[in-house]
Amino acid sequence: MEENKRITNCRVVIIGGSAGSLQALLQILPFVENPISFAIVIVVHRKNSDEQTLEDLIALKSKIKVKEVEDKVKLQSGFIYIAPSNYHLLFEKNETLSLDTSEKINYSRPSIDVSFESAAEVYREHLIGILLSGSNSDGTAGLRAIQAAGGISVVQNPLSADMPFMPNNAILHTVPDFVLNIEEILEFIKEINRE
Amino acid sequence: MIEDIELETLINDVYEYYGFDFGSYSRASLKRRVSRVFALEGFKHFHDFLSKVRTDPEYYKRMIDEITVNVTEMFRDPSFYLTLRKEVLPLLGTKPFIRIWHAGCSTGEEVYSMAIMLKEEGLLHKSILYATDINASVLETAKSGIFPLRMIKDYADNYRDAGGQQDFSDYYIANYGFAKFNENLSEKMVFSQHNLVSDTSFNEFDLILCRNVLIYFDNNLQKRVVNLFDDSLAVLGFLALGTKETIKYSISQTKYKQFAKEKIWRKIKE
Repeated sequence: MEENKRITNCRVVIIGGSAGSLQALLQILPFVENPISFAIVIVVHRKNSDEQTLEDLIALKSKIKVKEVEDKVKLQSGFIYIAPSNYHLLFEKNETLSLDTSEKINYSRPSIDVSFESAAEVYREHLIGILLSGSNSDGTAGLRAIQAAGGISVVQNPLSADMPFMPNNAILHTVPDFVLNIEEILEFIKEINRE
Repeated sequence: MIEDIELETLINDVYEYYGFDFGSYSRASLKRRVSRVFALEGFKHFHDFLSKVRTDPEYYKRMIDEITVNVTEMFRDPSFYLTLRKEVLPLLGTKPFIRIWHAGCSTGEEVYSMAIMLKEEGLLHKSILYATDINASVLETAKSGIFPLRMIKDYADNYRDAGGQQDFSDYYIANYGFAKFNENLSEKMVFSQHNLVSDTSFNEFDLILCRNVLIYFDNNLQKRVVNLFDDSLAVLGFLALGTKETIKYSISQTKYKQFAKEKIWRKIKE
C-alpha cells in the first residue's frame, strides 16, 4: 500500500461489485454527506429483473441524488449514477455516458472491467476505482487500467467481504493503492470530499 | 487499447477506401470494439492492421461485421412488447394496412417477435415488416429465420412475460441445435440493406422500431437518424427505441408524446 499516494481534484469515484456488494454499498452510500465534489458511478452485476429496485433502494437510502442513466446523459459532480442492467456503461471524452449491448465480458453485462477501463481513459488521475465483494474475476483488469492512467485503486479487504473472491483476485494480480474495510472505505470517500 | 490517433486514422481510411463513415459513432464503444478486433487477429503493429483493411475488401467486410454490435434477442425487454401488444397494436389495428420498419434489425429476432404478436392479434395478414441493417451477413440470418436452440428457453420466457399465451414451440421446428421459425411468419417480411448514417427515407410507416442502435451514435448522428425516422413516420405513428434511449436531445418535444412508460413515442403532428 502506498499510504502517501494522494488524489487531487477527484472527479469520479467508480465502484464495482458483484455478489455481496449491495450490503457493502448500503453501509457506505447512506453515510456520505451531501454535497459531494465528484460523481459516484456504481457498476454492479445483477439480474435483469432487478432493474429498478437497486436504483430505488439507493435513492431511498442515500442523501445524494441518484440520476437515471440514459444514453448520452451528462456526467455531473454531486450525483450518483448506476449502470443499468444488461448494458455496458462507457465514458465519452465530452463527459457524457454511453451504453453498449455488446457481448458479456467476464460473463457480465455491465462488466466492471469495461467501465473501469473506459473511465480511466477519460478521467485519468482524477479517478478512484473501488472494487467490492464478488465471486467473479471482473474488475481486476479495470483496476490495473485505472492505476496505469494515474488514478487510485481501492480494494475491499477480502476478510470484510461476503464474497472474497473478487477482491482477492484483484490483490493477487495487481498492487492496489489501498485495501480497506467497509468503514475505512466510507472514511476514505469522506476524506476525498473534504479535499 | 489502441490509441485515439490510430482509431481516427482507421475511421479516415475506411471512409476514403470504402465510403463508410464511422466518424459519428460513439468513440468509447467503437474504440473498444476496434481494439478487440485488433487484438484478436494478432497483428503486431496497428499499421499492419490498417494496410490489411485498406487492401483486402473481404477482410474489411469481416472487420465491419466484428465491430458492429449484433446482440439481439426475441421479445427483448418483455414489458416493452407487452405495451406494444396491449396499447399500440389495437390502435394500429384500426388501419386498413400496417407498415412497420425495423431499423438496424440485426439477425432479426425482434422482427419475428413482432410477426408472432401481429399474428396472434389477427393483424399479420394486413401488415408488412421492413427489416433493414447495414450488415449484409446478419440480414441473411434474419431471412432464414433460424436461431440457436440454446436461446429458445429464454425466448419462450420472454414471450410469456410479453403477454404470449400460445405454445411457443408451435412457432418453430427444432433440428440440429437450431430452431427454424415458420415461414408463415416471414411471408410479410422484406429484408434490405440500409445505412442509417447516409441513406434516406424510403417509405412512410406506422411504426418504426430501432432498438439499441442509436446508443452507438454520437449526438449529431442521433439527431440525423431521429429526423430520418420523423420523415418516415405517418402522423399518429409510433417510434420505439431501446429502454435507455431517448429522443429528447434530437427533436422538438412538441411533435412527439411519450406513450405509456416505455420508450415509445407517438407523432402527434406533422
